[in-house]
Amino acid sequence: MKTDLWLWTLVTVALLLLSGCGGSTAQAESTPGDQRAIQNKGSDTLVNLALAWAEAYREVDPSVSIAVTGGGSGTGIAALINGTVDIANASRQMKENEYEAASANGIEAVEFTVAIDALAIVVNLENPVSELTIDQLADIYTGRITNWKEVGGNDAPIVLLSRETNSGTHVYFLEEVVRKRDSDNKDIFAPQTLLMPSSVGITSEVRRNPNAIGYDGLGYVDTSHEKTIAVAIDADAPFVLPTVANGADGSYPISRDLYMYTAGQPTDAIATYLAWILGPGGQRIVAELGFVPLPEN
Amino acid sequence: MNRQQTNRFAVAVITSVAILVVVPIVLVILFVLYNGIGVINWEFISTAPRNGMREGGIWPALLGTIFLTFGTAIISFPLAIGAAIYLSEYAADNRMTRMVRLAIVNLAGIPSIVYGLFGLGAFVLFMQFGTSILAGSLTLGILTLPVVISTAEEAISSVPQQFRTVSLSLGATRWQTIRHQVLPHALPGILTGVILGLGRAAGETAPILFTVAAFYLPDLPQSIFDQTMALPYHLYVISTQVPGMPLDIQYGTALVLLLIVLSLTLVATFVRTSMRRRREW
Amino acid sequence: MTTNPSVITPAVGQKEGQRIPIGEWLIENLIRLAGLSTIVIVVLIFLFLVREGGPAFLDIPLRQLFGSRWYPIEGIFGLLPLLVGSLIVTVGAVTIAVPLGLICAIYLGEIAPTWQREILKPLIEMLAGIPSIVLGFLGWVVLAPLIQNAGAATGLTAFTGAIILAYMSLPTIISISEDALYAVPKEYRDGALAIGATQWQTIWRVVLPAARSGIVIAVMLGIGRAIGETMAVMMVTGNAANIPTLSSGLIFEPVRTMTATIAAEMGEVAQGSLHYNTLFGIGIVLFVITFAINSLAGRIVGTRGARRTGGKL
Repeated sequence: MKTDLWLWTLVTVALLLLSGCGGSTAQAESTPGDQRAIQNKGSDTLVNLALAWAEAYREVDPSVSIAVTGGGSGTGIAALINGTVDIANASRQMKENEYEAASANGIEAVEFTVAIDALAIVVNLENPVSELTIDQLADIYTGRITNWKEVGGNDAPIVLLSRETNSGTHVYFLEEVVRKRDSDNKDIFAPQTLLMPSSVGITSEVRRNPNAIGYDGLGYVDTSHEKTIAVAIDADAPFVLPTVANGADGSYPISRDLYMYTAGQPTDAIATYLAWILGPGGQRIVAELGFVPLPEN
Repeated sequence: MNRQQTNRFAVAVITSVAILVVVPIVLVILFVLYNGIGVINWEFISTAPRNGMREGGIWPALLGTIFLTFGTAIISFPLAIGAAIYLSEYAADNRMTRMVRLAIVNLAGIPSIVYGLFGLGAFVLFMQFGTSILAGSLTLGILTLPVVISTAEEAISSVPQQFRTVSLSLGATRWQTIRHQVLPHALPGILTGVILGLGRAAGETAPILFTVAAFYLPDLPQSIFDQTMALPYHLYVISTQVPGMPLDIQYGTALVLLLIVLSLTLVATFVRTSMRRRREW
Repeated sequence: MTTNPSVITPAVGQKEGQRIPIGEWLIENLIRLAGLSTIVIVVLIFLFLVREGGPAFLDIPLRQLFGSRWYPIEGIFGLLPLLVGSLIVTVGAVTIAVPLGLICAIYLGEIAPTWQREILKPLIEMLAGIPSIVLGFLGWVVLAPLIQNAGAATGLTAFTGAIILAYMSLPTIISISEDALYAVPKEYRDGALAIGATQWQTIWRVVLPAARSGIVIAVMLGIGRAIGETMAVMMVTGNAANIPTLSSGLIFEPVRTMTATIAAEMGEVAQGSLHYNTLFGIGIVLFVITFAINSLAGRIVGTRGARRTGGKL
């Protein structure tokens, strides 16, 4: 009899759980824009900004909820192509083949520039090096330069930090710095580059490792804990520190746009949300988080 | 050194090594306890994270873990008990049985990330459940099968043969015997297995990475087709992805997860030992 | 394996040809189904892995697949750094864990008084229960800075991973070694002591050699455990797809394991892309390795296990 009671209790609980947890049947592929939350996924550079936007938008319109996930620009774009996300965050632009893959699935991706990001080069506070040219950065990150003394620092090995390959920031850095914007350049990161799971991973390691060098969106940099390097396009150009001002006026050589992609022209809740992001409400948050707001126009 | 000295020396080394191994275990638990206990209060457990998850609590992740654990139990419990009964009561010593045992041993050894891949390919994509509590529970359920099966099988097999023979000689059918004579006595052992399996499932991160876990959800899940946050993944996220994350909240989250898993393990051990003591045979 | 004595043959208590009530027939077959489902699940897992990962082996020439650079976004799919990464971390972990675990097992089985055993065994079981993410978290927050301060270029190295993995494999190695030692008949020890051997001599010359095969199993299963771990290594090994050189201290360099690669990159890939296939391909490699290890070990553990299910009259 004891067994009976056990079995029946378990069965009842199971049934209650399965039924009480929602009468909706399979809606794994429901169309975006209905009662489900807006699915917002992608760039880790953008994730905290996206989160801040989502939280702030709750105040503006409590009926709309937005689910934010990171995973990297590549993740977000892949999700957009697969049709499983409403808004994809990306810190790089979609490539030709990605647009094609989306079209093949019947999705026409639409691009929105939502903020600007100055990409800072960070080193440990104790590191004496303060200035580097793009060429030096390229040499460092491809492994041609391996010791800090080669760029005016201590006699210590350079520990290379980077984001994972799915990161838009990684791809941007590859194209803009490692390959110096030359599309025929096929250099890639040195094999000993540590691929950190996120921007936070990079700053954490930089803070405690005097040999480390990394790159991060300005929004993740805290100059009281990390040292930013002034970058020059070449040996003759001025060395410019990454600041919001320098990012906005274009004097800092490694700045990029941050994007949100939607599946087709956005409608209803998604459209309103995007409009808010591009407006003063959203852009104020951009500045608060250390990114560069879009120019007024 | 003569033999006696060698002996003393060897025993001393062995003892110190054993201490060396065990002490860090205690230290680890105490360390997490010490650093995390400060943030644990009712608010931490029952509220959602705020301010980019730098403040507030862990409730959605905790609830998600509870849901997933329930789901795992529902999926693995019947299958595992059935398989265990099969192995100890019905399986003859033939090739089929050997293959079943081989399968179970292998299931136990498959890396958890491979379960995650399978969950992604089979449940999220092929069966189109999407990243959902359903997909996650199915994946975790399969992952915990071997643990539950082996413990349950041992419990069932250790019920003395007499119980069965007497019951059958009184005219009961095979299933009646199992249901009324064998299972009730094996129940504590089966329970141990289930609880151990749940403890394992609650702490797993890799299988839920692509099958259910979300970085941040504004609402609690409403159905089994929704995503959910989960404690192990939450710990991963706040320790590697959130800037300015206070260290004590990280430790606090680790502590909650540790406490849940360890208490499940301890309960299972307790059930097992008290069952052994109370056994009449 | 001897015939399982608890299997009830229908001849006992039921006459030949007696009809079984339909409910019971249903339940018995459901039970059989449950038992067979284990085989089905393993086969399914393998099939899915092959289905999604097969294209990688078909479309990428083998020489490229075993190339020494892993850079998937440019179509460079060399698995060698990942294999080496997993190998180094696993070997490191096993090198640390086997001696420690074996000694612990010896202590528990041969030397420790009962009251100590009652405390230590649950403790070791608790270690087995600690989630890998918690150990990985501690490795990231505590262990890596320690190793950094000890002079390494960075604290995120294969060595850091090996230490954490060693601790995670310890419970497996300890409990199986313990079983192996326990299985050595008491007469062996008594005989040795009777001719005047010390405790250590008995252990070293008699018990250990007799338990040799069981210990080998422990090592194998420990390897299997270590090679399959994901989260802990992902947080502390640096994830650099690098083949360490002897000159730089081999184990003190960052590495990237197969498991961490899948976990870090799977979220990003578009389904059906070559990168997606390759990640499943890595899954196949992992599956095959652990299948081989576990089948080999399981074949012997199986007989041992049958002997262990005592309690029958």
